[in-house]
Amino acid sequence: MAWTRDQLAHRAARELRDGYYVNLGIGIPTLVANYIPPNLKVILQSENGMLGMGPFPFEGEEDPDLINAGKQTITQLPMSSYFSSSDSFAMIRGGHIDLSVLGAMEVAENGDLANWMVPGKMVKGMGGAMDLVAGVKRVVVVMEHISKDGSPKFKPRCELPLTGANVVDMLITDLAVFARSDRRSQFRMIELAPGVTADEVRGKTSASYLAS
Amino acid sequence: MTQATKVYADARVALNGILRDGMTIMSGGFGLCGIPENLITALRDSGVRELTVISNNAGVDEWGLGLLLKSKQIAKMISSYVGENKEFERQYLSGELELEFNPQGTLAERIRAGGAGIFGFYTRTGAGTLVAEGKEQRVVNGDTYILETGLTADVSFVKAWKGDTEGNLIYRKTARNFNPMMATAGRITIAEVEYLVEPGELDPDQIHTPGIFVQRIIQGTNYVKAIEQRTVRKRSAA
Repeated sequence: MAWTRDQLAHRAARELRDGYYVNLGIGIPTLVANYIPPNLKVILQSENGMLGMGPFPFEGEEDPDLINAGKQTITQLPMSSYFSSSDSFAMIRGGHIDLSVLGAMEVAENGDLANWMVPGKMVKGMGGAMDLVAGVKRVVVVMEHISKDGSPKFKPRCELPLTGANVVDMLITDLAVFARSDRRSQFRMIELAPGVTADEVRGKTSASYLAS
Repeated sequence: MTQATKVYADARVALNGILRDGMTIMSGGFGLCGIPENLITALRDSGVRELTVISNNAGVDEWGLGLLLKSKQIAKMISSYVGENKEFERQYLSGELELEFNPQGTLAERIRAGGAGIFGFYTRTGAGTLVAEGKEQRVVNGDTYILETGLTADVSFVKAWKGDTEGNLIYRKTARNFNPMMATAGRITIAEVEYLVEPGELDPDQIHTPGIFVQRIIQGTNYVKAIEQRTVRKRSAA
């Protein structure tokens, strides 16, 4: 049984450590916030200019001056702070954020990431994704293992325009987890979703990786 | 002889004498949060055309810079993400509108650099991607950096929460976003504020944008502050 979106988020949340400053992308990565272990202090950064993102407001308490990077209304916490976009990206590009969880269209065996543009389709823009992968200490990608047409998304080389070159440290798909110890190393499959076999993963992956 | 004043009666008057077709305008805000609503409306009403607009986003169809797209006053946008605007998409795909994407942090830093008199900077962001094409590159200690240049504007529009008549500004929560950098990067910066107060009413220790960066200031009116994604949680039954 492949992992569901929530199970993917839950698995990604296991990469959190006590005291981490974390930036979560839009989509499945946002769900990671629901699975932060209660015994850990994790501070969420929102790249539009906030540290210490709180939960959604109660109905009637929405503040239009308080949104996250997905433009959703949120709340502040006692430890929250606000700052400008340039301070925000100084945190991101300056290597002050410990972990970023992002979605992807394609990941390559060398750690290249593509998640912002499909040629021929309307391009919405990269937002902060290129800054995040260039500056955050550790980049975890969550995505479906195969695309809607059944083709592998973990491939020898990205065919889509890159978001960053050699930037992915861990890849969590609905079938398996791939990790590497540093950015000069090859990915190794370290975990399978329950009931998924190594052969099934191999059959649905065109990237080369080390067996567990 | 009267002393110089930065205070203008309203957004329309604040634009007097500084608009021309083809000019470059910076407009603060992230999504619809912290956007200069009064100044955008006055700019639309002025009828000025062929604008280059530097702003992180392009508004939505009925709000923010979406108003200027609808009236076809924008020739080029420099942004990081424009995904929420159908009219933008239509104009872009039909070739009516030019678009330059910048990574969000690169955009923020280009504006900061422009306002600080810094020609450019080298960054890892975008190295090895389409963003790097045509840009000078340097390899330092094995990492590739690309040269990004500072940005300035003929006029910057910023939105603050409170301001005094000297142009000192205080922003509120995440409505700060791009406004402080844009305030520094306009040859003329116009601020609109929710509360315009006299000098002395703001704590000098809490000023986010010092008045030197602001040439004109207005008391804004009729703020809508539209919310793009209204997300709430249920109160647990006690």
